[in-house]
Amino acid sequence: MNKYAYIGPDNIISPLGFGTDLNFSGILSGRTALATVHPGYSKDPFCASLFDETIIDDIFEPLGNPLKFTRLEKISILAISSVLKRSGLDLSDPRTLLIYATTKGNINLLEPDASSEIAENRVYLPVFSKLLGEFFRCAKEPVVVSNACISGLLALVIAQRMIRAGLYDHIVVAGGDIVSEFTVAGFRSFNALSDEPCRPYDLARKGINLGEASAAVLLTLDKSLAGENPVIMTAGASANDANHISGPSRTGAGLLQALEDVLKETKILNPGFISAHGTATEFNDEMESIAFTRAGLSAVPVHSLKGYYGHTLGAAGLMESILGIHSLKTGRLIASAGYKDKGVSGDIQVIRQTDQKLLNSFIKTASGFGGCNAAAVFEREERLL
Amino acid sequence: MNFISSVCHIQNNRIFIDGELKFEGTPDAAFTDFALPAFRNLGITYPKFFKMDNLCKLALLASEYLLRSDPAFEAAGPENTGIVLANRASSLESDRIHAASILHKESYFPSPAVFVYTLPNIMIGEIGIRYKITGENACFVSSAFDAELIVPYVNQLLYEQRVKACLTGWVELDGPSYEAFLYLVVNSAGTRKNSNFSEHSIDNINQLRTSSPWILSLKK
Repeated sequence: MNKYAYIGPDNIISPLGFGTDLNFSGILSGRTALATVHPGYSKDPFCASLFDETIIDDIFEPLGNPLKFTRLEKISILAISSVLKRSGLDLSDPRTLLIYATTKGNINLLEPDASSEIAENRVYLPVFSKLLGEFFRCAKEPVVVSNACISGLLALVIAQRMIRAGLYDHIVVAGGDIVSEFTVAGFRSFNALSDEPCRPYDLARKGINLGEASAAVLLTLDKSLAGENPVIMTAGASANDANHISGPSRTGAGLLQALEDVLKETKILNPGFISAHGTATEFNDEMESIAFTRAGLSAVPVHSLKGYYGHTLGAAGLMESILGIHSLKTGRLIASAGYKDKGVSGDIQVIRQTDQKLLNSFIKTASGFGGCNAAAVFEREERLL
Repeated sequence: MNFISSVCHIQNNRIFIDGELKFEGTPDAAFTDFALPAFRNLGITYPKFFKMDNLCKLALLASEYLLRSDPAFEAAGPENTGIVLANRASSLESDRIHAASILHKESYFPSPAVFVYTLPNIMIGEIGIRYKITGENACFVSSAFDAELIVPYVNQLLYEQRVKACLTGWVELDGPSYEAFLYLVVNSAGTRKNSNFSEHSIDNINQLRTSSPWILSLKK
């Protein structure tokens, strides 16, 4: 039953750029989308990665009237359209599925100044996904995964299993989240927001920055859609800490379980790097360092991409996987932005400098509220033959 | 082949396990007035219950009534058990409470105790903590219970031996209406609790949810 889930065309829409190429070249040259912002709803300025909505609207215009769609809908439609166009696939084909990952969806529609052009009921995720389904004439209602901060990576794990089980030939995995007063006020109430660009794993880390983005990627049985130097998603797993709803396990138990699962499944001996969750909160980064050490991964270079994009919630695991895949294809090890002095107790090697290196595989991890953790492995096909 | 081991239904202030009425609240009581006596009826001490939002209370009640009476859960072990849940309204009840707490600048009181419940997968976390269930997780949101999505996915988890048992179902709460339909799936016929139940298939699950005799009596 060796059905491989090949990685097909992808797209990232973020404040750093519209399209994966702009995003990948941006982080290669060390650009960050994080900046001090001061939206009307916030008493104090804070550091985040936010879109300029007028740019979204200009780019969206050919696809539809920007006033009739929310910001999240527009960036999601842009990402999905690009993947469909470049793969030549049509979601009206019943062997093709759309899976959408989001933590909060159109949550800004609960805010009093929401546009009257947009029906309030699109705050319901199934109403939002129905809109996507109708836009793309999907044969089947898009599947929505809402599993806190692992949503994007978990959606990939779920898609890979469905492909391997023979349920679908092609799955477009998309995801997105936006920054709103809702999430800013919530994370602030936890004292989890940093007022400066975040510093994952660093001694001086002060917490997270929020960011907004969407991303989409095709998982497919069809190798001809995988482009040059094909990459395969070879394993995925999730596990729960069963410990605390808003704090990670101190022992890294759930993440360790997910890592052990994927390591056993793929038998990779020497992953090129780990694209970790690295939110820059005290407890998350510490927990990850312990889990990586316990999993025997101390020698493997680690980065978090939150220093470039902030924490994009449901999109994070997905866009970070896509960027990791491009690292693999082009042999680039990417620096963990914001890192200077090691500030975690586990024995881990945080990447200080972006460099060229032959890479054959990488591990992607994510962890989130509710004690959830996910891990996945991506490998270059050349190494598997 | 995978089998349904036991089933919990909670709707209209009544709790059924495998079709047997286990608890009945006051017919027209609001969910909160039903949940408390339903919890007390279990005779357990679990202070965390009182901190939960209504969605998590519903999920916890369903899993507690279900798992305490199903030996197949213990046989599989909590570390080999997964949780796959779905609903329609996500965590909107808590979302609305959090949104109301930041509506007016003069009374601006967002609370971490509310914000943490603004995620639908927190119910998976709460059940996990109660039973030390650490296996695979997934939380889906769909317009209605979608056996065509859930059943093949859970069967695949069991087939790949990622879990030996899976707590599966629909836990939905939106305004005054709510429904929990939670069941345990196991990977062999021998370990299932209730031999009246058959294979974990789309048809069997749809039939169980919509046309079992106790469900029909519930809907009258």
